[in-house]
Amino acid sequence: MNLAEGVQIVSFGILSVMMLGAAIGVVLLDSIVYSAFLLGGVFISIAGLYLLLNADFIAAAQVLIYVGAVNVLILFAIMLVNKRQEFQPVPRAWIRKAATAAVCGGIFALLSTMVLSTPWAISSATPAGDASVVVIGLHFFSDFLLPFELASILLLMALIGAVVLARREFLPDDDFEKAQAEALKLPERPRELVPSGRNETVK
Amino acid sequence: MQLQYFLLVAAALFCIGIYGLVNSRNAVRVLMSIELMLNAVNLNLMAFSNYLDPQTIKGQIFTVFVIAIAAAEAAVGLAIVLAIYRNRDTVDMEQFNLLKW
Repeated sequence: MNLAEGVQIVSFGILSVMMLGAAIGVVLLDSIVYSAFLLGGVFISIAGLYLLLNADFIAAAQVLIYVGAVNVLILFAIMLVNKRQEFQPVPRAWIRKAATAAVCGGIFALLSTMVLSTPWAISSATPAGDASVVVIGLHFFSDFLLPFELASILLLMALIGAVVLARREFLPDDDFEKAQAEALKLPERPRELVPSGRNETVK
Repeated sequence: MQLQYFLLVAAALFCIGIYGLVNSRNAVRVLMSIELMLNAVNLNLMAFSNYLDPQTIKGQIFTVFVIAIAAAEAAVGLAIVLAIYRNRDTVDMEQFNLLKW
């Protein structure tokens, strides 16, 4: 699984530049749709970095879950709430931007000095590489069995919670008969029945 | 290839995520910034797993758990954004002040 050193360095450079550029685009671009697609670029670049780290299973899981599920979910959410409105400018917004940039730069400087000054105990053993799937499976069903089952319960809870939160609310009972009078119309809030036609009118 | 390169890239990605988290007006973009930060942490875990613990790769196990939690978080977070959009008719973070003093 070990490529030559030069190929590793070059592909690491390309992938990290792609990833950081796309991440800056996600944060700074005006259009939220472009941000969502660039987020997919970030995820794919990180999957490539995982391949450089001898973790093919996690790279495949990253592509499947993040690009295939999370990014598509975000695109659907953008489609559902895509209201073209100009945000009201906040007074003294530049103070917040400057303060945040200073804090982020400070955190990055702190982390960099910590990373570069710590003597890491680099192990010289050969990486698991292609056998990583077997090792991960052994961990899941021996010493990480309880977190594994808890994660499945948490996913079930998130599924039910997302359905309950995103479900449309019904009208209360006194309005029910009035809404029932109009045949072929579900007793829902009427403004939610045409959520897409409003986007063109509100500009 | 060294461990430090990966850690530096992950730190940069984490800082970009913090900046986006604080400065975004759109609620969906805030969720995207949270995903960026989670991915930076994942990259850290994978780098440690490969360079410090290459035989019993426990960092990869943690990464799998973080990916599962992130997927659940994205689903619930986007459902909350949808519910807020139905109630307030906007996705501007500055106007979500129901619980703000």
